[in-house]
Amino acid sequence: MPEGSIKDGIGASVRRKEDKRFLTGSGRYTADITRPGQLHVHFIRSVHAHANIKAIRKDAAEAAEGVVAIFTGEDVAADGIGGPICGWVVTNRDGSPTNEPPHPILANGAVRYVGDHVVAVIAETLEQAMDAAELVEIEYEVLAPVVDLANAGSGPQIHENVPGNMYFDFELGDEAAATAALESAATVVELEVRNNRLIPNAMEPRAALAEYDPIDDSYTLFTTSQNPHLTRLVIGAFMLSIPESKLRVVAPDVGGGFGSKIYVYPEEAVCTWASKKLQRPVKWTADRSESFLADAHGRDHINKVRMALDKDNRITGLRVDTVANIGSYLSAFSVVTPTILHAPLLSGCYQIPAIYTNVKGMATTTAPVDAYRGAGRPEATYLLERVMDTAARQVGMDPAAFRRMNFIPKDAFPYQTPVALQYDIGDYEPPLDKALEMIDYKGFEARRAEAASRGKYRGIGLSSYIEACGIAPSAVAGALGARVGLYESATVRVDPTGTVNVFTGTHSHGQGHDTTFAQIVADKLGVDIGSVEIIHGDSDRIPFGMGSYGSRSLAVGGAAIAKAVDKVIEKSKIIAAHLMEAADADVVFADGKFTVAGTDNEKGFGEIALAAYVPHNYPHDRLEPGLEETAFYDPLNFTYPSGTHIAEVEIDPSTGVVELVDWACCDDFGNLINPMIVEGQVHGGIAQGVGQALLENAHYDETGQLITASYMDYCMPRADDLPNFKVDYTVTACTHNDLGVKGCGEAGAIASPPALINAVIDALAPLGVTDMSMPATPEKVWRAINDAQTEAAE
Amino acid sequence: MTMVNLTLNGKQVSADVPDNTLLVTFIRETMGLTGTHVGCDTSQCGACVVHVDGESQKSCTMLAAAAEGASVTTIEGIANGDSLHPMQQAFHENHGLQCGFCTPGMVMSAIELVQDNPNPSEAEIREGLEGNICRCTGYHNIVKSVQAGAKMMGG
Repeated sequence: MPEGSIKDGIGASVRRKEDKRFLTGSGRYTADITRPGQLHVHFIRSVHAHANIKAIRKDAAEAAEGVVAIFTGEDVAADGIGGPICGWVVTNRDGSPTNEPPHPILANGAVRYVGDHVVAVIAETLEQAMDAAELVEIEYEVLAPVVDLANAGSGPQIHENVPGNMYFDFELGDEAAATAALESAATVVELEVRNNRLIPNAMEPRAALAEYDPIDDSYTLFTTSQNPHLTRLVIGAFMLSIPESKLRVVAPDVGGGFGSKIYVYPEEAVCTWASKKLQRPVKWTADRSESFLADAHGRDHINKVRMALDKDNRITGLRVDTVANIGSYLSAFSVVTPTILHAPLLSGCYQIPAIYTNVKGMATTTAPVDAYRGAGRPEATYLLERVMDTAARQVGMDPAAFRRMNFIPKDAFPYQTPVALQYDIGDYEPPLDKALEMIDYKGFEARRAEAASRGKYRGIGLSSYIEACGIAPSAVAGALGARVGLYESATVRVDPTGTVNVFTGTHSHGQGHDTTFAQIVADKLGVDIGSVEIIHGDSDRIPFGMGSYGSRSLAVGGAAIAKAVDKVIEKSKIIAAHLMEAADADVVFADGKFTVAGTDNEKGFGEIALAAYVPHNYPHDRLEPGLEETAFYDPLNFTYPSGTHIAEVEIDPSTGVVELVDWACCDDFGNLINPMIVEGQVHGGIAQGVGQALLENAHYDETGQLITASYMDYCMPRADDLPNFKVDYTVTACTHNDLGVKGCGEAGAIASPPALINAVIDALAPLGVTDMSMPATPEKVWRAINDAQTEAAE
Repeated sequence: MTMVNLTLNGKQVSADVPDNTLLVTFIRETMGLTGTHVGCDTSQCGACVVHVDGESQKSCTMLAAAAEGASVTTIEGIANGDSLHPMQQAFHENHGLQCGFCTPGMVMSAIELVQDNPNPSEAEIREGLEGNICRCTGYHNIVKSVQAGAKMMGG
């Protein structure tokens, strides 16, 4: 393992520092933690999509062996416990606010999706809690469900204060200009797409373990969170109404999140509340069925798209009308995801003079829908890259050439789109060219012919994407409805012996922060990477931070670390100048050493650290002792990763099975800190996108039952569903953070679904197939082939 | 209650547990070895794979009592002191893990795969790992790790 020198700095594929504990079974996930005397809670969940609760009879269960308490919505209401809140709302087209219904942590009078939390049964063992749950009788008055998104507005009203089941009605852009462009277009391209509903499925199910300490009236909550401080803020201030300072939230090792562990859910609040009522630790671990039912789902849009082209096939306008399924309650980022994280992305990497979009957010009796890897941007990219291919086909152009002629040219940056964003930098042709070369685009027709000789249909599909990461200047976000700031924090504490502790507000749940962040610090301070520790996930140890989502950890959190390290260096220089009796301005810091220009005087970083803590000879008139600095970094703009992904598929007409035979992508993430880790992020993102395009679909039947609620029914990508991926990069460095980085966590999931579906359509286009919905299952593909052949024969 | 006696990572262990105790519960809760994970409730995800008498076994699908007298090896039992098992080392060198949750089961499955087939092709590895779900890596680097691990194990 190549640790131990500065060669492990920025740009090196350092093997991960965190690996050993995971590889030896020494990871510490929430479910692995046990506290003395802990109780176990089992949640009784609604079996109906929509119902009033007439009565809950719990006497028999309360008398069952091992049962300690059984709580219902009445108990929650009696204690004045609040529910999860929506962290970002929007203003409607008519100027009115988002409709926000209450969301009790245990159902109070009504249930609104299968899986809704109704009763908490708490017992000495989990088995006793589950057995006792069988004895609880719940009498329901079943109501009509609302499942069909397209007609959700005409269904029975789900919440008292959400008329027409519409939470919000958002718009962005210039409607008149878009209409004018469409009316005067030489070509109008129309497309309707459904962005299928997904279930995030981090491999570690959610869990919570709460403990109350009566000595100082404080709580500790271990939980599977991507952002422990947000959990502390929401549970403390909005749900339990306890001082934040009395609640410690620890997110230890977390086994993947993909968005689903951003939000505060009812379960962890129930555990925390009950831990004081019962004066015992209370633990809950989801089983996978509960994860399917009650983790926030992702995507689920219907998008109607109209694109205008002039006589030279340049795009002149775009209109998108979207209906987004928000589900039964407003989850934390459920409103911002299909609006602020979606609508401003509709310009993609293209010059489009006029854009208008309307997004209606609908309530349905399904699980809450929120941000899932990509969050709004995959939906925007999917519709845009699908309509780009549809347009190219309609006007008879090569899809790569059509994209290229409509790209924003590299000399047009900074580029102001008509949908609010200003792209700071980008260059879209080099990644397109590189990806085309990597997959041998020129040789494709020969491969198609060879496949045809074997009776297979071969297709190729492109997707050129842009995304907006590292949201956002807090002031801008606030003006757009955010109820939180979007900065990140870091404290860099140098020990007297020169080792370094970095306390970051971001959270690592697979992204490798222990390594990437250590590389930044090692590089800047010239110290051994092994002497840098990254600490995250414990609200008692780290400064207030916003956690990890939206590909923000490096672009915002890394930038905060770099700023804090710079402050350490600045202070160290003054100490060094004092020790070497030189002027501050003459001290130079490089390779871990402070030198005085023009002399052979030098002091190592460790010597300065020691002097800061043993300040016998020290500039006391100018500095306080110690060497510890904190920085909060508030980004100046989004970052804009971009690139091109290309999928190549082969379809067996006798089975409809789509085989993914090749993948090439070239991404521009700005500067790379650890290329090995970046590549891993790209692989994982693509796999999730392939899952969306070919395999995964969360399906509710007409009664509102989730039909795909286990790994037997919800098709996760497995090793034999995927090929190896060809991955490469171009670099335009981000202009507004010191590291020049943009973020890479979501790109694969954003770029890949349209590339795959475009490839499937390309394979079947010779048969006359022009559309394919996600997921392109064997049945759908087989039917499309059969229908096309039948039509051709008639 | 049933008295279960088995060899766990080379040590004789015994415990009196409820008859319906699963092997994974015995390992995680009775014996306190939490490296073996539970990721699903339908025997699909493979996070709980251990070796029972040298064979891969989803420990959520076996009663502890059924392992009476068996030799059970978990992720905690394959390194040699501070020196990682070649397959663990290969996963480290090839970035074959991200969040780490599926990793113990993945490594245990990979070891048995290579024991049965010392020089597996990419397709054989992909097929052989079909019973282990990873949500983070896209499997590309897992396949690479198993190829490297097979070489290091002497295949």
